[in-house]
Amino acid sequence: MDLLDKLTILSDAAKYDAACTSSGVKRRFQPGKIGNTSSSIAGCCHSFSADGRCITLLKVLLSNCCAYNCQYCVNRCTNDTPRATFTPKELADLTIGFYRRNYIEGLFLSSGVLRNPDYTTEQMIRALRILRYDYGFNGYIHAKAIPGTSPELVCQLGLLADRLSVNIELPSEQGLKLLAPDKSKRAILRPMSLIRDQAAQSKAELVKYKHAPSFAPAGQSTQLIVGATNDSDRHILHLTQSLYDTYRLKRVFYSAYVPVVENTLLPSPDTKPPLLREHRLYQADWLLRFYGFRAEELLDAQHPDFNPMLDPKCYWALHHLEQFPVEIMHADYETLLRVPGIGPVSARRIVSARRSTHLRFEDLKKLGVVLKRAQFFLTCSGRLRDGLRYSVTTLHRQLESIERGQLPADEAQQLSLFGSAG
Amino acid sequence: MPWESVIFQYDSTFDGFLCCVFESYVYKEFPTAFYSDEECCPISFYSVRSIITQYDHARRVLSGLRRHSPEVVSVLRRAFLTCMENKEACLYAFVHKVFKCGTDFMKNQSDEVYYPLVKAIRHLNGELEKLRGFIRFSDYNGTLGAEIEPKNCVLPLLRHHFCARYANESFFIYDRTHKKLLLHSRGRSCIVKTDSLQLTLPGEEELHYRTLWKRFYETVAIKERYNPRCQTTHMPKRYRSTMTEFLPVDYEKQQRQTATPTESPADALLPDAPGARSVPVIPAECAPSAPVSSP
Repeated sequence: MDLLDKLTILSDAAKYDAACTSSGVKRRFQPGKIGNTSSSIAGCCHSFSADGRCITLLKVLLSNCCAYNCQYCVNRCTNDTPRATFTPKELADLTIGFYRRNYIEGLFLSSGVLRNPDYTTEQMIRALRILRYDYGFNGYIHAKAIPGTSPELVCQLGLLADRLSVNIELPSEQGLKLLAPDKSKRAILRPMSLIRDQAAQSKAELVKYKHAPSFAPAGQSTQLIVGATNDSDRHILHLTQSLYDTYRLKRVFYSAYVPVVENTLLPSPDTKPPLLREHRLYQADWLLRFYGFRAEELLDAQHPDFNPMLDPKCYWALHHLEQFPVEIMHADYETLLRVPGIGPVSARRIVSARRSTHLRFEDLKKLGVVLKRAQFFLTCSGRLRDGLRYSVTTLHRQLESIERGQLPADEAQQLSLFGSAG
Repeated sequence: MPWESVIFQYDSTFDGFLCCVFESYVYKEFPTAFYSDEECCPISFYSVRSIITQYDHARRVLSGLRRHSPEVVSVLRRAFLTCMENKEACLYAFVHKVFKCGTDFMKNQSDEVYYPLVKAIRHLNGELEKLRGFIRFSDYNGTLGAEIEPKNCVLPLLRHHFCARYANESFFIYDRTHKKLLLHSRGRSCIVKTDSLQLTLPGEEELHYRTLWKRFYETVAIKERYNPRCQTTHMPKRYRSTMTEFLPVDYEKQQRQTATPTESPADALLPDAPGARSVPVIPAECAPSAPVSSP
């Protein structure tokens, strides 16, 4: 099999993994080595595929041969699909060749379970050693820790990679039992806590010794599949929150379930992936990480799911109208952050600008505030915006109509049909 | 006594602009318009001042500004590389306000004099961030080469990023818009003015990697999630004319066949160039399989 066919099979098998970031580590150029990592906070996007997702890393599996039989996965052992495996040298040549041409920021290496988790991880370590030591590759590497791998091997993997991830995939244990019989909650969470502890230890050592080896300096991430099981948004968001709190994850990714197989336990193959729901979860995830929200504030037992027609921040604000409107000249940074249409950047700009001038509504636009949303929740010198008309009962509708323009045409139409039916 | 209004003609360098500021303050003349040395000034009522760039004058203006705040200088340098309309007039107004009122107004990004610069710099920074990822190198016999068509003059700002990343490579980046070439070899780099650039044909290995990348690019998209609007938001179409995944594998060869000998290779990319219609150099739809040989 030639390299082109292998690349096709192994990138096709890896594409359902949402994680594609190159952020979190700043490693300068070192003499005799190839490349560095991005100095930007957000990493570096090298292209965008036809589905609008960013391409940062060469995202491939080492092998798509798999001993497991997870029902939702294309690579499960009972699926009839072509199989391929990279040799370590092929993988290293490909990574360097792409990196030199500025196609990619580095490598994302995952794998199907070859024989058993330990054997698979050993193969991945071998490939990464060749890339790091023989070829002197100094760019970004994201490696996947296979659940069930022994701790010693995870430790070795972490010294080669910048970021590690263990995919939870199914957000609840029942789902896991039903759809991924070979995985268990314990097998997934054990490497996660191991990675957390190793990274903390490595950081402490680096303070004492300059040349201490750094373990997964860009931290760890995970992925949850949305829509394969009937877990609510609230459940997923609470899980996310506890992962950030307990395991110090850098990111939790959500992947709208794309039906790849016919199975009575799963949604039928003609269901569309719940992209809008995934989008709302990402927005909520941002609120947790950058806006100081907690999961329990956003959704409660009476409201287990987001309204897909509204972004989670508007949804929250509508249920907490007693806190609004806020005065633009006096509200503190944290309060400004909670106003729909204001983000961390524009909130900082407001706080800085009002020290030297008296802000008007027109000025806010120039500071990056999305005024069409924010206007309902702000006052300037104690007054609402001129000509603004709304009441508590119409606000919901007004916000929805603003949002509708942002949605893809078929998505908006689909939802409005549902709305009129219900 | 009010300042006399004049037209400044200068060499369109940053130092040249600072000398305009210098002359304006020395002779108490207000610039109503700026022209570069290559442009012809239209006939007007205002008298024209030809400014000769003198480094000590430029340095005096710079140190005067730095005394207010070092940030003023970095904002000015960055804004000078942007493609904003009436660039010099906006920058002059900014400098004037700094000398008159200090730098307190810079806390407010919506300030009427400061905002045009802020807006232009945001645009420049956006383009920079995109280009760091979207620039595509090709291996021409061991030297890496790339072409870009940016709106802002980004080369001086891309220099650091690429020189750090490819420190052990020899490479060049050609800016077709501003006709400038960034060269880097053995840890040294420079930017030179170059009117046109004829690329040599790439070797077998290069074509192989292009094919691999194009295949990866097509495969990694999930067709059930197809979303060209989102793709265009993140990657506007104007960047795609120089990106490997949207070009035929052997585009240099096709360019040569379509371009007549007197034309530069850049001309062959214009839609009204002779023969361009029969050879689609830039596919309109994203990622169709590229024509391997020209018809």
